[in-house]
Amino acid sequence: MLKINDVYAKAGDKEILKGLSLEVKPGEVHAIMGPNGAGKSTLGNLLAGMPHVEATQGSVDFLGKDLLDLEPEERAAEGVFLAFQYPVEIPGVNNMYFLRTALNAQRKYRGEEPMDSAQFLRMVKQKIKDMNMRDDLLKRPVNVGFSGGEKKRNEVFQMGVLEPKLAILDETDSGLDIDALKIVSDGVNQLRSSDRSFIIITHYQRLLDHIEPDYVHVLADGKIVKSGTKKLALELEEQGYGWLNQ
Amino acid sequence: MKQKLEIKGGKKLLDGRDSSNADEENAVVKARAKQKYKEGFVTDIESYTLPPGLSEGTIRQISTFKNEPDWLLEYRLDAFRKWQQMEQPNWAKLNIPPIDFQAISYYSSPAANKENAPKSLEEVDPKLLETYDKLGVPLHERERLAGVAVDAVFDSVSVGTTFKAELEKVGVIFSSFSEAVHDHPELVKQYLGSVVPSSDNYFAALNAAVFSDGSFVYIPKGVRCPMELSTYFRINAINTGQFERTLIVADEGAYVSYLEGCTAPMRDENQLHAAVVELVAMDDAKIKYSTVQNWYPGDEEGKGGIYNFVTKRGNCLGKNSKISWTQVETGSAITWKYPSCILRGDNSSGEFYSVALTNNYQQADTGTKMIHLGKNTKSTVISKGISVGKSQNAYRGLVRVAKKADHARNFTQCDSLLIGKSCGAHTFPYTESANMTAKLEHEATTSKISEDQLNYCLQRGISEEDAISLIVDGFCKEVFKELPMEFAVEAKALLDISLEGAIG
Ligand SMILES: Nc1ncnc2c1ncn2[C@@H]1O[C@H](COP(=O)(O)OP(=O)(O)OP(=O)(O)O)[C@@H](O)[C@H]1O
Ligand SMILES: [Mg+2]
Repeated sequence: MLKINDVYAKAGDKEILKGLSLEVKPGEVHAIMGPNGAGKSTLGNLLAGMPHVEATQGSVDFLGKDLLDLEPEERAAEGVFLAFQYPVEIPGVNNMYFLRTALNAQRKYRGEEPMDSAQFLRMVKQKIKDMNMRDDLLKRPVNVGFSGGEKKRNEVFQMGVLEPKLAILDETDSGLDIDALKIVSDGVNQLRSSDRSFIIITHYQRLLDHIEPDYVHVLADGKIVKSGTKKLALELEEQGYGWLNQ
Repeated sequence: MKQKLEIKGGKKLLDGRDSSNADEENAVVKARAKQKYKEGFVTDIESYTLPPGLSEGTIRQISTFKNEPDWLLEYRLDAFRKWQQMEQPNWAKLNIPPIDFQAISYYSSPAANKENAPKSLEEVDPKLLETYDKLGVPLHERERLAGVAVDAVFDSVSVGTTFKAELEKVGVIFSSFSEAVHDHPELVKQYLGSVVPSSDNYFAALNAAVFSDGSFVYIPKGVRCPMELSTYFRINAINTGQFERTLIVADEGAYVSYLEGCTAPMRDENQLHAAVVELVAMDDAKIKYSTVQNWYPGDEEGKGGIYNFVTKRGNCLGKNSKISWTQVETGSAITWKYPSCILRGDNSSGEFYSVALTNNYQQADTGTKMIHLGKNTKSTVISKGISVGKSQNAYRGLVRVAKKADHARNFTQCDSLLIGKSCGAHTFPYTESANMTAKLEHEATTSKISEDQLNYCLQRGISEEDAISLIVDGFCKEVFKELPMEFAVEAKALLDISLEGAIG
């Protein structure tokens, strides 16, 4: 599904990723942990094609396509979804309307018919049911005045509607209370399938109690310095990142 | 290469209207947005046009064409003399090239209408009907806009008014100004110039001297006007100024919603449009006045376009009266316009909702005056300025509270959105309060479309162009929701067209 090959990348003028490689197969869940400032969000931004991150070396293959060659909106339509660490507010733009605009833009790219508002509404209602969510945020402008937890829940809901092939969740668990954490991770688990992969960036092992990863990686100073299974996360939780340098 | 936009936090706006019908709207918007200035065509029609030049003789000619009573001719001549003593104002943040008032023609009428406005739509030249069809304002019986009565003004004359008979049944008078002068001279005489005196300002004086047509509305006591009334202004003839006059009187307890639309052909020369609109609201009356101004803005190099110098003012004469201005200004090379309210009646209220978008070399200096004279008067001002390209966009507002206006309240919110690096947004809010009990609130923000917002949209699969249109639409929500539905759709489409080329 995704193959990152020895990538170097700059955020702004600063070199952040320094020879990062990672392979994600269909259906796999990879957790990425690592100290603040290590480059985790930068990796997510690079994959999503955010303009301030630029690859200087290496390659990224996504389902047989050169990902770095695509515009960000094309990557979205190809199936890359990034749940942002800090989702932005778009005043005056209704959440439902935003989401349908996004979905139809992606469908158009893929040569599919647009969904009219009735079809869309039906689909959204079903999603809400499947994901065990509520519809309280849908009529409000995108993220405006949402609490931290509500913003994160909205990201996961958008993911559910857009049905990406690769979802990158950047600290989607941060700032969530226990109930919200359950709602969000239930949402993710509901979407897990054999042809959908996840990269989950987190600082906390507790999320991995809810969403069981196939692999855990430690990203430090711009590259993956250690990879392992779920057990690695437990070790990190106990010992921190210091021992990795020894 | 994508243009990088500076990141700056926007301000929170209130929740907009539910866009459940956004779909249908969007289809129309999309279709419209594909076209450029589609109103830029010229109707090839035989017309009668006065030679350029302005003198007492010109004014007498106009008055003769219109077969006007002596008092009106006197009114015009008086205004002309005042105008000759005045100077063109230069306090606005506008760069106005010198205007040669002798090079303009002050009267142009489709030949058939030379004498006066036609008596019925059946007599209207088919070419004119076609023009209005093309503009999306059908006048024929068959295809009329449902629930909207239209007065169509073509250059200097009204060419027809729809639904007149239906409106007369409930006592509503809706006619061209010229007709009203003949059919209801007492009303016209009583209110003409009562809100905007001919000495008010340079362009108002010019208008009072040479105005040729416009619309007249009278809603009798206690009547809620059963349909939206609208005037569609069209400039067609070359080198001609349009000077129309609108007068709306809502008697006690009456209600009317009035819409105004305007377009002109694309030409390299600038054309002058200097209108005056007067509104009068008696006790408990409400007037809602909406404008979608789409005069030709000039081309990308700033060549051509309409000079739109307009004086609009409403007088809340009666207790509990209310006047509400909503405007969406996307057109004109230069806009100079301050729809205002005089809040004379106790408990009266005034509102001003505005979206002004400037692109390329357009300039706009627009805003409002809220003059609080009565007790417990209330005013609300919501202004959204969007500057794109090399344009300059200024909000200029005055809130004045007179000594006797106890407990007057004003809320003003001016938001500016900048798209690109070479444009400018300016805010000039003035307040003058002579009463200690007044409560005036002012909020202002300037923001750029943030890179984060764009990125967020891109990541969800929305193209940059659509993202900007989405964000701008959200920015304008509070104003759009004040517009009648058909107008809101039109306004959205206009914004999208005007935003074209907003990013590199
Ligand atoms: N646009 C930018 N310009 C310059 N430096 C940047 C930019 N974006 C990120 N950085 C820097 O890159 C480094 C990595 O940032 P990144 O956000 O990827 O870290 P992170 O691993 O996600 O950290 P955290 O756990 O705190 O979220 C940081 O030092 C950050 O300041
Ligand atoms: Mg981060």
